[in-house]
Amino acid sequence: MKILVPLKRVADPDNANKVKIPAAGDKIETTGLEWKPNPFDEYALESALRLTEDGKAPKVRAGEVVVVTFGPKETEQTLRAALATGADRAIRVDVTDDKLDGDLVARCLAALVEKEKPDVVVMGKQAVDGDSNQVGQILAELLGWPLASFAATIREEAGGLLVGREVDGGVITLRVKFPAVVTVDLRIVAPTSVYSLKTASTFKYNDGVRFAALPAIMAAKKKPLVEVKVADLTADAALKVQYARFEAPPARKAGIKVKDVAELVNKLKNEAKVL
Amino acid sequence: MANILVVAEVAEGKLKKTTHSAVTFARHAAAALGGTYSILIVGSGVGDAAQEAARLGAAAVLVADAPSLKNYLAETYAPTVAEVGKGFAVVVGTASAFGKDLLPRVAARLGAGYATDISEVIAAGAELTYKRPMFAGNAYGIAKITTPIHVVSVRQSAFSAAEPAGASAPIENVAVAAAEPAAARVEFVSFDQIKNERPELGEARVVVSGGRALKERFNEVLAPLADTLGAALGASRAACDAGYAASDLQVGQTGKVVAPSLYFAIGISGAIQHLAGMKGSKVIVAINKDGDAPIFQVADYGLVADLFATVPELVARIQAARA
Repeated sequence: MKILVPLKRVADPDNANKVKIPAAGDKIETTGLEWKPNPFDEYALESALRLTEDGKAPKVRAGEVVVVTFGPKETEQTLRAALATGADRAIRVDVTDDKLDGDLVARCLAALVEKEKPDVVVMGKQAVDGDSNQVGQILAELLGWPLASFAATIREEAGGLLVGREVDGGVITLRVKFPAVVTVDLRIVAPTSVYSLKTASTFKYNDGVRFAALPAIMAAKKKPLVEVKVADLTADAALKVQYARFEAPPARKAGIKVKDVAELVNKLKNEAKVL
Repeated sequence: MANILVVAEVAEGKLKKTTHSAVTFARHAAAALGGTYSILIVGSGVGDAAQEAARLGAAAVLVADAPSLKNYLAETYAPTVAEVGKGFAVVVGTASAFGKDLLPRVAARLGAGYATDISEVIAAGAELTYKRPMFAGNAYGIAKITTPIHVVSVRQSAFSAAEPAGASAPIENVAVAAAEPAAARVEFVSFDQIKNERPELGEARVVVSGGRALKERFNEVLAPLADTLGAALGASRAACDAGYAASDLQVGQTGKVVAPSLYFAIGISGAIQHLAGMKGSKVIVAINKDGDAPIFQVADYGLVADLFATVPELVARIQAARA
């Protein structure tokens, strides 16, 4: 199986409360925050690795995992880290975030898919900076491929995948035939969430994503990484969604600590009047 | 013509409450544009839902009813929604799992820009822009869609549920568009529903949420409080990941976003991604053993205490206070 995994570099999501909006409101200031791979994209990569191995021998790839990112030169770090974790090849589309929207990313990815011809595109359901949750859906539409979004489980079958989607009030199971797009949710990295045809159904993964060993980090420096331009992928780089300005969220007024349950109930009843 | 199309969400033949939030958006947007709004219902056997939608003040209720649309698939629904959507200025749905799956595909078919999970519509004359949370709600962007048709999904907790209004709207059938070729390569296998007697998280007036600290006693401790208050149960990601709570209870950036009148965070430390899902609540109560937990920074009322002793006492005192 050949899998394409788009990865995005984002400002450290655990410190998202430290983003600042300048008085002019013309941008979101992330200076001083560390860069990390978008967590959902890391989960997508882990899923792709699980789909191309038998579980017991994670260094032997049964198939190919190609990672792609959209960003300036320094985002190659994100790609190298993915190569160290087990991906085979990497592509960087040279562009900055302010020149992109979900639609343009999807159109560029569609062009890359035409060239790379993967069986599956596995990607995070959303990036935790823009929280836009749309690229996978738009990509499936542009390609005319079936989509299983918000996947919590993936089981490879002959010629396709059986996907459990986390939706409101339960789980919808879909069967998609290759080629297809899958976007993944949090629980895709649980120990029994993803099985390739080769992986024994009794096999259990470690919870979460795998980490690269030092020799793999060294070896990753030799794996192929190519750069392409947006213009190589589409002649139309116009954005369909632009941001006029940014605002800080409304601040909550400081609360109080109560000393015991009696005081809490009294406040809720007589002050907040919510009981 | 600057009219709005609301894409309804239907479950078991009934209109889901998510629809009513999109209708509230449509009322604002239609008033700003000097137009009207219509409600589109796609599915199989949706007559009752159409009757219900007809009472929501729309210019028309449009129905695409076919046996092939029984189980929702974006590949079969998107073509019809996009075909009908061509005649409108804005196509809107709610950012539920349904809306978030369907609407970007509709936007792609229409060549339209799509703004996700908006919390406010801003009208300057006849120009609409959309305020939406980013960075787990730590920043808001004012999104401008540059295409003739706009596609948006609204955050359910930010738009109140529309009440019935006006005369009954005419119900018209619309053609079911041919499914996408991709529909031949996707098969609906099953929907495993989690049965829940309590109100839905997105709609509840009171939410009682618990964290990992509750361990296996999650239900035992929280259910009496939720039942006393008629509340929905919620959970932190950590509690869901550890298996103490069902994953559909998760409140947060990637779970449900709620904004009830009263929110209890019990044994929840207050990670950024959890705060993203509940910061909009009117009154927040936090109970946690750790007085330095970040949850206390957003709580109106904080109680530093052991939750296993506190919650039963809280139940008893609330019952006494109401007696």
